[in-house]
Amino acid sequence: MTATESTEAATGVPFFLNGKSLTANKGELLIDACERNGVHIPRFCYHERMTPVGMCRMCLVEVDTGRGPALQPSCMLPVTPEMKVQTENEVTQRAQSGVLELFLINHPLDCPVCDKGGECPLQDNAYSYGPGESRFVEEKRHYEKPIPISDLVNLDRERCILCDRCTRFSKEVAGDPLIHFMGRGSETQVNTFPDHPFSSYFSGNTVQICPVGALTASPYRFKARPWDLTATESTAVIDGTGARIALQSSQDELVRVLGVDSEAINWGWLSDKERFGYESANSSSRLTEPLVKTGSGQTSDIGFAPIRWNNALARTAAALGANPERVGVIGGARLSVEAQYAWSKLLSKVALISNVDADLGDGIPADLALGLPRASIAETVAPGSVVVLMAGDPKEELPTLFLRLRHAAVEDGVSIVEITPRRTSLTKHAALSLHPRPGALGSVTEAMANGSFSGTVGGVEGSDLQAAAELLGSDRPVTVILGRANLAESSDFLRDAVQSILTIAPNAKFLPALRRGNLMGAFEMGLAPGFGMGGVPTEGGCSTEQILRAVVGGQIETLLLLGADPLSDFPDRALAAQAFDQVTNLIALDTFLSSSSTLADIVLPAAGFGEVDGSFLNIEGRLSPIQAKVTSKGQSRDDWLIAVGVAASLGADLGFSTLEELRIDLSANVASFSQVDWINLGRGDDGPLLDSTRDWSPEFGERKAVPAVDGYGLALVVDHKLWDLGTLVQNSATLAGLPEKAGLALSRSDFEKLATEEGERVTIETERASANLVVTIDDSCPRGTAHIPFRLPGFDVGELISVSSPVTTIRVAR
Amino acid sequence: MSRLSAANETLAREIISRYPRPKSALIPLLHLAQEQDGYVAADAMEQLAELVGVAPAEVLGTCTFYEMFKREPVGKYVLNICTNLSCQLNGGEELLHHAEQALGVRPGDVTDDGLFTVEDVECIAACTEAPCMQVNYRYEYRLTTSDFDELINDIRTGNRSDLPEHGTLGLVRQHIPADRLAGNESPEEAGTPSWFASRQPAPEDSGKA
Ligand code: SF4
Ligand code: FES
Repeated sequence: MTATESTEAATGVPFFLNGKSLTANKGELLIDACERNGVHIPRFCYHERMTPVGMCRMCLVEVDTGRGPALQPSCMLPVTPEMKVQTENEVTQRAQSGVLELFLINHPLDCPVCDKGGECPLQDNAYSYGPGESRFVEEKRHYEKPIPISDLVNLDRERCILCDRCTRFSKEVAGDPLIHFMGRGSETQVNTFPDHPFSSYFSGNTVQICPVGALTASPYRFKARPWDLTATESTAVIDGTGARIALQSSQDELVRVLGVDSEAINWGWLSDKERFGYESANSSSRLTEPLVKTGSGQTSDIGFAPIRWNNALARTAAALGANPERVGVIGGARLSVEAQYAWSKLLSKVALISNVDADLGDGIPADLALGLPRASIAETVAPGSVVVLMAGDPKEELPTLFLRLRHAAVEDGVSIVEITPRRTSLTKHAALSLHPRPGALGSVTEAMANGSFSGTVGGVEGSDLQAAAELLGSDRPVTVILGRANLAESSDFLRDAVQSILTIAPNAKFLPALRRGNLMGAFEMGLAPGFGMGGVPTEGGCSTEQILRAVVGGQIETLLLLGADPLSDFPDRALAAQAFDQVTNLIALDTFLSSSSTLADIVLPAAGFGEVDGSFLNIEGRLSPIQAKVTSKGQSRDDWLIAVGVAASLGADLGFSTLEELRIDLSANVASFSQVDWINLGRGDDGPLLDSTRDWSPEFGERKAVPAVDGYGLALVVDHKLWDLGTLVQNSATLAGLPEKAGLALSRSDFEKLATEEGERVTIETERASANLVVTIDDSCPRGTAHIPFRLPGFDVGELISVSSPVTTIRVAR
Repeated sequence: MSRLSAANETLAREIISRYPRPKSALIPLLHLAQEQDGYVAADAMEQLAELVGVAPAEVLGTCTFYEMFKREPVGKYVLNICTNLSCQLNGGEELLHHAEQALGVRPGDVTDDGLFTVEDVECIAACTEAPCMQVNYRYEYRLTTSDFDELINDIRTGNRSDLPEHGTLGLVRQHIPADRLAGNESPEEAGTPSWFASRQPAPEDSGKA
């Protein structure tokens, strides 16, 4: 290192901006250095979160590095010592106006009917830096007006300025290079391959970053004009990642969600579910008034009649207050932290109900989520670290987290060790992929811990075990992403695996992969069996599975559903159905009539997404605000207010009647929240990471026996797809049609044994049920396993699952 | 038509093995597909995408960049008639007009018998021999209209076996023995290729006067 180099590293790179002496960071691009110093350089193609490509030339500035002044694209140029930069002189101005004049040769002037008009970088730059008048009198280039390039995105090629943002995003960030530049010269256009639509889970991001109106999203197209919109910053509550968003509404209706660039969480990106799921909030099927069941109680005859709120609250109170040990409460992950607190306080302090579980038997046990040393997302993806993926495919379950993980593996040298029942979307980028047979997760990780690397264990080669053990045992920081990769496999194996991993990597941290909204908040607020508020262990309490069993056994007769739909979401369909058949009182707090709440005796309509103020605790334990943007539908109420109402009907006072009072009460009673600055929550930052250290740790107990392999059957792997029959997707008009049909996927060798054709129907059978499904070959399935996704149209795979068997084995026949 | 034949797929894999990165083989593979069918079929592009591990859209992006990759069937013989300046001055326009009349097609169209496609092209780098034309990219110089008629007649009667069908790049196919392939390692990780290592060092006195 020379003397100047070492001073540069310490103090930055000195340069001159419009005559002023300033310093840039080492390696910083000129465009960023100027921005940081208050000088905005116009741009189209440059985007902070993507590789610069220098496509548009809008950012030309005059730069002199000692060889005389010349125009240079500032997005491609790292600042060098003593560089002299002119961003406002005549040369630069002429360059800017020239570039814009060229753009406007072919760009149509249809701003009055363009969705982007009013928030369009091209429009803005043309006003600020453009020539004002065009010398071009010839006919502009014409293309067919928007062509749909997917179910969600339309492309108007005339408007495209070929900035390469959308195509770069799809390749570089999402890893779905389904759109590409086609043709050459003035004929260049963005397009897809025929019959390969841009069906990326992240397609909506391209609409947000397109600097012109070339890409538009079907749900927003022609819905509003930017100047009619008002916005507020909030948090996406669809999965546990808690991506930061801007909610935009017009005339008291949500019309758009945009990603907000949060360094800690989503870097500005969103999945299409987070982006377009708001549609469900505007759905006409929303519940708008309290309902009471009418009719004889026969399923064919069920109907509802509206009742008054006080009546509904009184009935709810009566049902909850009568016999606390005969009541079970399921759900709560949809609620804000504040509402979870209110309900938790009502249940534990007033109604004295302990059978409460926010998890539906499809996540991970609360003690593992709460009690293992927690890693933040930033720690997980820190350059050079090791990530162990023991969870479902992040692209399907936590898509924005998937983007961070993908970036970490591709760009930052993070080694991903996948220990999953089948290949995931990260396999391509993983250092190692281990696929234990269902039921063998415990024994595979145990072999890694014991150093028994000979032969194969649970379908994993000894050499792979050894390589994984070496990576985990290295001195690189290890984070385990812990979730439920297979609904047809007991979560006890996960517990055994965690125990083994902690013997290999005692300092490993964990990031719980909770796909259901604010589940972390619910656990933290004590909506979990065996836990009180703040993750304090308590006595007793049944899990969802135990509650359902108790209903069947007659020990529980009242069920309260806090926004949950166990009849569709609990993995074991038969058990859930039997419980719902037998339950005497069913009360549902919901935004829609789901398959479960349709059976309720009393339905309490809750205010939905974009209609409530509150906060959200994401999987890393970061608290961020949820903000109301529109008024709640009909008579629907904030979830926490409903709790206050029920308490009042029971003659109790929860101690708060406003959100502010609630928050003060919460901070006073839950230690991890004692320092929360509620007023400034999420203002100008990503929200605080709450303390998640506990004075207890999870108990591991007896290791579970490895189930015997049924040589004639295939072990079932059931996991989630992003687009499914969930309430949110099904009530969003544009998303409802996206789920694919349920089918059976097998490895090539298992498929060949069937002697059938791809796309043919085969019979599958368990002790429980049998079904007819279309079969395909899927290289992501290891030999001996069969894959069927959960909650897809065509077949409810929950019918095959029994929670009492550690694994589910199916027989397949032609 | 369609995916590569089994023989061509084997050839495709051999071509891929010549490059450090599979994706680099895309252009020779597009030529291979065009050689098989006379044009690059959509199915073939999907197959190439699989073979080199990219998305079909990326293959189409590359394919559309080059005019000489045809994505619709063309005639067995593609006639490129130059109408750029030198040829124009020497009767290129007239030649094109004559070709249109004689074959009954407009530039870009295929004759009904599937034999000819006429194209009106810009300079094909034979200005000294104007007016000129290419038949499947093989030159015909200083062409008169009667030369043209004669040529068409010769092709129709099978007297121009020297002209391969559209899509064929060279009449001799290159084969590189397996031990001299660069292999598929990325350039950063690859060791010295065998063909390089096996070179004899230059004699001591080479380069000296
Ligand atoms: S469609 Fe938009 S984002 Fe994509 S290249 Fe064109 S202008 Fe850029
Ligand atoms: S922003 Fe620099 S070239 Fe486009």
